[in-house]
Amino acid sequence: MLKQLIAVISMSLQTVPQRLGASSVIVIGIAGVVAVLVSVLAMGAGFQHTLADSGRDDRVIILRGGSDAELNSNLTRTDIDTIGNAPGLAKDADGKALLSSELVTVVNVPKLDTGTDANVTMRGVGLKLAEVRPELKIVSGKMFRPAVRELIAGVGAAKLFRGLTVGSVLRLRNADWTVTGIFSSNGDVHESELMADVDTVGSSIERPGYSSAVGLLTSAAAFTAFKDSLTSDPQLKVDVQREREYYAKQSAGLTKTINVVGTTVAVIMAIGAMFGALNTMYSAVAARSLEIATLRAIGFGAFPVLFGVMIESLLLSLLGGVIGASLAWMFFNGHTVSTLGAAFAQVVFQLIVTDTLIITGIIWACIIGLLGGFFPALRAARLPVAEALRAG
Amino acid sequence: MKYFPLIWATLWRKKTRTLFTLLSIVIAFLLFGMLETVDYAFSHPSAGATGADKLITTNKYSITLPLPFADLQEIRSVPGVTDATWLTWLGAYYQESKNFVFALPIDTESYFNVHKDEFIVGDEQMKNYRSTRSGALVNVALMKKFGWKVGEKLPVHSTIWTQKNGSLDWTFDIVGTFDVKDSTQANAQAYTVLFHYDLFDEGRSFGKGTVGWIEERIDNPANAAAIAGKIDALFANSSNETKTQPANDFAMTFIKQIGDIGFVLRAILGAVFFTLLFLTGNTMMQSVRERIPELAVLKTLGFTDGKVLALVIAESLLLCLFAAVIGLGLSYATLPIIGQALQGVQLDPVALIPGLGAAVLLALIVGFPPALRAMRLNIVDALSGLH
Amino acid sequence: MGPSGSGKTTLLNLIGGLDTPTSGEITVAGQRLDKLSSGGLSRWRANHIGFVFQFYNLMPMLTAQRNVELPLLLTNLSSEKRKANAVAALTLVGIADRAKHKPSELSGGQAQRVAIARALVADPMLLVCDEPTGDLDRKSADEVLHLLQILNREHGKSIIMVTHDPKAAEFASRQLHMDKGSLLEAGAALV
Repeated sequence: MLKQLIAVISMSLQTVPQRLGASSVIVIGIAGVVAVLVSVLAMGAGFQHTLADSGRDDRVIILRGGSDAELNSNLTRTDIDTIGNAPGLAKDADGKALLSSELVTVVNVPKLDTGTDANVTMRGVGLKLAEVRPELKIVSGKMFRPAVRELIAGVGAAKLFRGLTVGSVLRLRNADWTVTGIFSSNGDVHESELMADVDTVGSSIERPGYSSAVGLLTSAAAFTAFKDSLTSDPQLKVDVQREREYYAKQSAGLTKTINVVGTTVAVIMAIGAMFGALNTMYSAVAARSLEIATLRAIGFGAFPVLFGVMIESLLLSLLGGVIGASLAWMFFNGHTVSTLGAAFAQVVFQLIVTDTLIITGIIWACIIGLLGGFFPALRAARLPVAEALRAG
Repeated sequence: MKYFPLIWATLWRKKTRTLFTLLSIVIAFLLFGMLETVDYAFSHPSAGATGADKLITTNKYSITLPLPFADLQEIRSVPGVTDATWLTWLGAYYQESKNFVFALPIDTESYFNVHKDEFIVGDEQMKNYRSTRSGALVNVALMKKFGWKVGEKLPVHSTIWTQKNGSLDWTFDIVGTFDVKDSTQANAQAYTVLFHYDLFDEGRSFGKGTVGWIEERIDNPANAAAIAGKIDALFANSSNETKTQPANDFAMTFIKQIGDIGFVLRAILGAVFFTLLFLTGNTMMQSVRERIPELAVLKTLGFTDGKVLALVIAESLLLCLFAAVIGLGLSYATLPIIGQALQGVQLDPVALIPGLGAAVLLALIVGFPPALRAMRLNIVDALSGLH
Repeated sequence: MGPSGSGKTTLLNLIGGLDTPTSGEITVAGQRLDKLSSGGLSRWRANHIGFVFQFYNLMPMLTAQRNVELPLLLTNLSSEKRKANAVAALTLVGIADRAKHKPSELSGGQAQRVAIARALVADPMLLVCDEPTGDLDRKSADEVLHLLQILNREHGKSIIMVTHDPKAAEFASRQLHMDKGSLLEAGAALV
């Protein structure tokens, strides 16, 4: 059986050069499908990484009860003090809770490519920023000073907007702010933001209070005790979430949309590619009916013939899949895109062509190839031998 | 014309091959239609026929930031503004977060003034609405969608505004329904529930004295830009700078922020077109190659070289246009589903027309090389190649 | 007639305007074929010549009737006239009852009759036949030769035929032999 199979396959492969045009139909058709699928899903994966993978399990974000986003939330100074005293928060050398009271607002900055204004998230942060967000690193310039109109910009924002370079001055809401540094933060959503001292931001936009508090717990397990102590307090109406879950919720909608659209488009294309594959394999079988009949006459079984055809289809599809995935990787891996995030401000993210995506693309290619090769293979196996010999 | 039976019969010479090629083209144009329609909708957002005489004023920095109610007085005094109304985003849903509801608190007088002649409401129902503080007028499509009835209570959940008692739930009494006159606005208003701004403002626990955005009606659309400029000048250098735009433009700037959707869509379409080109081109080439002897016979009958070229091109056109029409027709059928998913974006079938152009282009690119081959064949060689 | 490679088919192709001479002149029925352009030759063929081939060369995807109508597509005749003429040609060759059949459904002899009908339908002055009986059994071959004879004697059609079939030679009013590219009966002009 195996020997026969190998013989059939090598015969098929030897004839491929003669049938280059038709064979490349499968390769190119499937390469197209896989390239589109992987590229679009890479957008979803990139967005997911930036948002949902933001955050640590031992970091919490506290919002006013009932608000679903920082922008809609409102906490007073008293609230912050109560939160700061809850059990479970890590403390610094002086015994102060690692809690950053934050104020989120939106400002307009012109985009680098079009020059038109777009929204950027501006986040006022508390003094404990460095300890609460240890992954935040200044990559050029230096940190802003409190009580002055200085800010640092995330690397993502710096790529997208004009004037975000160390030392430049931005006019935000009728006040001049100096950019003192650029920061990175593990590729998460904060890289699309501007950060400054929370009280300075508050007085600048004439808004009392804060929008949220972000704190570092002593450990991920301390979450439950921390949350319970706050939610059971009758004076306080807050929602306590692990930071990771909060961001996952924020990104859920868009990620789902991207994945649904991408998959739908790819499915439709795959159906089209399958018809192309069917065409190619049917004509491949027809062109070789004499050879196949001869093999059968000699004594080759039907199954080796069937498998032989399917494997030829599979190999061509595999090639197409690899080409498609490579194209997607070459053109789009690391490509920066920006879109509207949850606060109606721009979020910068990179397309990521993950290994999983490449494997997914190749699996799709193989499935299309198998489906496209099956019926022609069946016909080849069932070929009436005598008739084919006579016709040849 | 008279050559049709010949061309049609030639196409179906190898039934399965033609069928599969046809189906591939149909699928490609189904996709083309769907993507083109979405791309067109995002690059041509319409505010309806009445959009030209309306402006929208928002906080300059973000539509999520409020404006002081006092601004209205000043705006009304700007020459050219015939009336102004105020609104706030409730951010509400019905029962589950996926059931988005555009619950809009309105000031009855000014709202229906600014949106004169846009809504169709029964007189009796309008009377009940005015006299019921907790009353609500619901879009007929929305009524149907959830099976609500006039006289029922309608509870919605706001994601932003808490009442004084801390609850995020707001309940109205459905006193009537409305329909929109302009069918191009049907989608945009399909989720709308109108209720009284007083109920909202008195009930909310914060933000009193602020509004979400302001809509103005102006006397002459030609002056839109000038009037908008005058309105913004009123608040420049204040702590609540405004941005006023014609209603049409407002939709556009918002959509532009979603990113270059057009680029993504066009890249996908490009990939689809290219692979289709290859697939169909290969089939045509193969088919003509097989038919060289037959084409030679046509020449013996007296068909000129030019006629033979034309026959092959005609065959290509017939195949591609036939399949494209089917594909585009199918995509037309999917428009309601896409419209649903995009919640309020108006899809215009006129976007499908370029699809026919693409089909012709495809047919010509794919048909020319084999047509040339057919035209140039040498009769004697081709005939002897037969056997 | 003549042995293989004697140039019979080449001569036939030249007479029928399917091929052009590399040098020299060729005149058929007063028309200088070597002076005609490719388009001119096509038109001349359409108007004056009907071809019958050894392997019939019918379009496999068309019915017999539509096959016969093919040359008429080049004329200005209406659809009804084309149909009528095709049926008339099929009747003439005695195969009108198979008008709606595809070539795959016809026997060799029947297919060749359809081919002859196609060659006749535009009323050409000359029928050019290249081994018309080469692929037929004896019975069918004789039927076809009889038909050709009737067309010649009763309907006045000029027929020039290349053949290996000795029986065919008996049906002809004149026989010419070729060898190595030259006519053996030197000095005889073709009419």
